[in-house]
This record gives sequence, C-alpha cells and structure tokens, in this order.
Amino acid sequence: MKGWALALLILLAGSRSEAQTLSADLSSHVIGITTGFVGANLVLFGSTDKPGDIAIVVRGPSTDMTVRKKGKILGVWINRSSAVFHDAPSFYVVAASKPLSDIALPENLSRHAIGLDNVKLQPTEPLAEKDFAEFRTALIRSQETVDLYRGGVAPVTFLGEHLFRADMFFPANVPTGSYSVEVLLLSNGEVVSAQTTPLIVSRIGFSNGVFVVAHRHAALYGAGALIFAIAAGWAAGAIFRRV
Amino acid sequence: MEIYLPIAQMPVDPLVVFAMGALVGLLSGLLGIGGGFLMTPLLIFIGIPPAVAVATQSNQLVAASVSGVLAHWRRRNVDFKLGLVMLMGGGVGSAIGVALFAKLKALGQIDLVISLTYVLFLGLVAALMMIDNFKVLVLRRNVAVRRKLHEHNALHRLPLRMRFPRSRLYISALLPLGIGFVGGLMVAIMGIGGGFILVPAMIYLLGMPIGLVAGTSLFQIIFTTGITTFLQAITTHAVDVVLAAVLIVGGVIGAQIGTRLGHLLKPEYSRLAHASIVLVVAVKLAWDLFTRPENLFSVVTLGN
Repeated sequence: MKGWALALLILLAGSRSEAQTLSADLSSHVIGITTGFVGANLVLFGSTDKPGDIAIVVRGPSTDMTVRKKGKILGVWINRSSAVFHDAPSFYVVAASKPLSDIALPENLSRHAIGLDNVKLQPTEPLAEKDFAEFRTALIRSQETVDLYRGGVAPVTFLGEHLFRADMFFPANVPTGSYSVEVLLLSNGEVVSAQTTPLIVSRIGFSNGVFVVAHRHAALYGAGALIFAIAAGWAAGAIFRRV
Repeated sequence: MEIYLPIAQMPVDPLVVFAMGALVGLLSGLLGIGGGFLMTPLLIFIGIPPAVAVATQSNQLVAASVSGVLAHWRRRNVDFKLGLVMLMGGGVGSAIGVALFAKLKALGQIDLVISLTYVLFLGLVAALMMIDNFKVLVLRRNVAVRRKLHEHNALHRLPLRMRFPRSRLYISALLPLGIGFVGGLMVAIMGIGGGFILVPAMIYLLGMPIGLVAGTSLFQIIFTTGITTFLQAITTHAVDVVLAAVLIVGGVIGAQIGTRLGHLLKPEYSRLAHASIVLVVAVKLAWDLFTRPENLFSVVTLGN
C-alpha cells in the first residue's frame, strides 16, 4: 500500500508539470508464471492534465500465426488452404473511458490500431480480399475463445478530473514475452498524447526450470523423463505386489 | 485447484487428469490393453496441444508397460528373444515415425494422419476381434482348440528363419521385425503403445502361444515408447513431465485395480468389451472425418 501511495504522489506531481500531459504506470511490470499460476490482475493508474478520453491498448509479443481452413476431398474433411499472419499480436486487449465509437472516427481508430476490428494482421502472402477477411476473422475468433483477444472494451474510470485507472486481467494461458501497454489521450477524436509502458510475462520458479531444461538440455530432460517413468512403473509394480 | 503445465503452457485441474489416468489405467488393467488409443484423444479433448499429448503419452506408457511387464515376467510369460527382434524393427519404426511426425506437423496434416491411421487400424482390429468373438460366443466354437500347436502360414516361410524356443516357433525373423516396425511407427505418430495392433498381429500372424503375447508385446513397448519419448524430447521438446507425472500416478493405481478386477471377468467378455471400445473410438473418429466440422478453421501459433 505504501508503494501505491508513493506511486500516486509521483503521478499527481507529474500531472502538474507543464511538459507532460499524460503519465501512467502499472501496478507491476512483471507477471511471473509459477506452477500455481491462475492468471494475474494488474491495475493501471494514470493522470492527465488535459480533458479528453483515454484508450489503453495491451499487445502481447508478436508471433507468426497460421490459420488453416478445412475443405472436403473425397468425402474427407482435411486442411486445404492456409494463410500465415506475420507478427500478429499474441495478446490484444483494449480498455477505454468511453465506447470506442464515441472516442474517435473509425479511420483514426484504425490508424492507431485501437479495437479488435483494427488489429494489425499482415498476411505473409497477398490474399484475395474475401479470403483475407475470412482468415482474419477466424484468427480473431480463435484467439477470443481462449481469452487472448477480447472483443469488448474494458472500462477506464476517472477518479475526479485528472486521475484515471483501469483493471486488467491476464488469463492463465497468457503467452510469455514482452508486452506493450499503450496509453492514449484523445481529444476531439485525435490522439494528443501517448505513453507506452513495458510489461514482461515470464515463467518463474519450477515451471521455468522445467521449460529451460526441456529446451536447452533436451537429452538430459528426455533421459530424466525416462528414468522417472521406469522408476514409477517399477515402484507401482513392487508396492501393489504386496497389497 | 489448478496446476500450470510448463511445456503445454496451460493450466489444468490435476484431479481431472488424475481421474483420466486412473480410468484408462483401470480399463487397461481390466482388458490387458495399453489404453493409449483412449488417452491421446482424451488429452486433446481437454485442450492439450496434440503434439504435447502424443509426446507425453509415450512417456506415460513407459511407466505403464514397465509395471505390466513385471507382473508377466514373474510368471515367466515373456519371450525375450522374440521381443528383442521386434524391438529392432520398433527402434527403426519410431525413429522414422518421429521424423514423419515433425514433417506432417509442419504441413498441417498431422491431425488428419492421426485420425486416418486410428480409423484404419482400430476398425481393422475391431472387425477381427468381433468376428472371433462372434465365433466363440454365438456359434459356441472354441477358437483356441481348433489349432494344433500353431498354424503355419506363407509368411512364416519368408527368408531369415529363426528359432524362438520360448514360443516354440521357427519362423522368418522378418515377420516380428515388421510387426515391431509398425508398432514403433504408431508409438511415434499416434502416441500409443500399439498393443491393440501388436497383440492380434502376434496371435494371428506369428501364431505365438496366447499366454506369452501380452508380456512380450509389453516388453517391446517399453523400449519403443522409451525411444520415442527420448526422440520427442530432443526434437519436438513436447514431453511435459508434469502432465506425465499426474497421468502416471493415476494410471498405475487404476491399472493395479483393473488387473485384480480382470480376474473376475471371463476372457471372452473382456475381449468383447475390448473390441467394443476399439470400435466405438474408430466410429467416432470416422464420423469426425466424414461430417462437416462445426468450425472449418484452426489456428496454430508458431514458436513462443
């Protein structure tokens, strides 16, 4: 709590200085995935000295995603066509102080990639417009079902005139890597100020140890998995023989 | 309560996984099957990525087959010589299988190949077993008595004939090598021990004494699943030891209970139950292949 009070003070102090119209910070810049990880809640606090609307865009590390579409061949449904999206955000969530349509015109939202309709998804090979829309929608829907993209807009609440906050939830299946949390101040539909805060999601403790060994010392890991399985099988046979 | 799986990169309820392990273990103890063909689809059903399900399942099968072989070994029901010959084929099969798995995964057709091989093999085996059971249960004809020591078929006279004293066989070594090879391929591609295809093949193609079949197939399954686990660990990095540990604990407990219950079940009914389960899984998978899927699209995220 002390840290919080301090953070608030700093934010309030920041908001008084003339140079900075917007400043914001997260309650934590690191999310650690442990064996008992069930997701994380972060709070974003910020202040602005100009009137306007706030939009926050959280993007996960970019990655290549392949979308495949099934078609019928000889009566069997198999993957026939596919599209690869280059550098697609692995996580995408938006929070805003008002519905997006009340904040800015669609072309402005699109320019700043605010909202699920405007996520930047670039196919590696050119696609026909209809195919592009189809594959793009499929990717977004698939990410939505695992809660890594969210269609709705989370609230950003103003506490008084200058101070605002937003609660953000990161589910347990959140991908690891570096995230960017972009805070935008919009006035009359135009972005007047912006600030980007980094966020790191990483495995820590036991689950990180397992992952690191599995990838960097694969032979050792494989041997360990085998020894464990043989010992467990042997022990089970020996124990139950006496029962 | 949930635990986070470090390789699958998702949380699961350990009780659900434990229960799945115990259920499949119970059936495998009861019916004398590995149960991999049930476990892999179950794991995929709860959201485990197929690559992780297949690789982890092979690790779990090592434990299950070790514990099974111990019981057979005590009763001297393992033909080690025959098992070793099958194993040579199995090693080659699983090495090729793991390479094939990686290739098909990159092409996006691994799910199709898994489903097709399942339908093919399961359907074939279920049909064979059903016919046999029909003879025993309905026509009241005893299949075992009909035989002399064993029947010779043309395959037995292939080159490289070898003596297997424990099984009292003098047959071409190519036959057990080939059966082992197919078994190894299946471990790698389908994440199953392959007992459900090895056992009938050993009975019908090799003409082995029935008492030795289960122990000998389990003996060679230890090695094919072991080799596969290791190869998966160093190529696909998809073996999740946390998931495997929970499955193993559930599986061995279920299997031991199942083995004890198994003595209460008449063999012909246990074979009928086995055949029915195999048939149900085959029909379900065939249904999925031939009907329009609800969602035509699937998304794969590369790397992390």
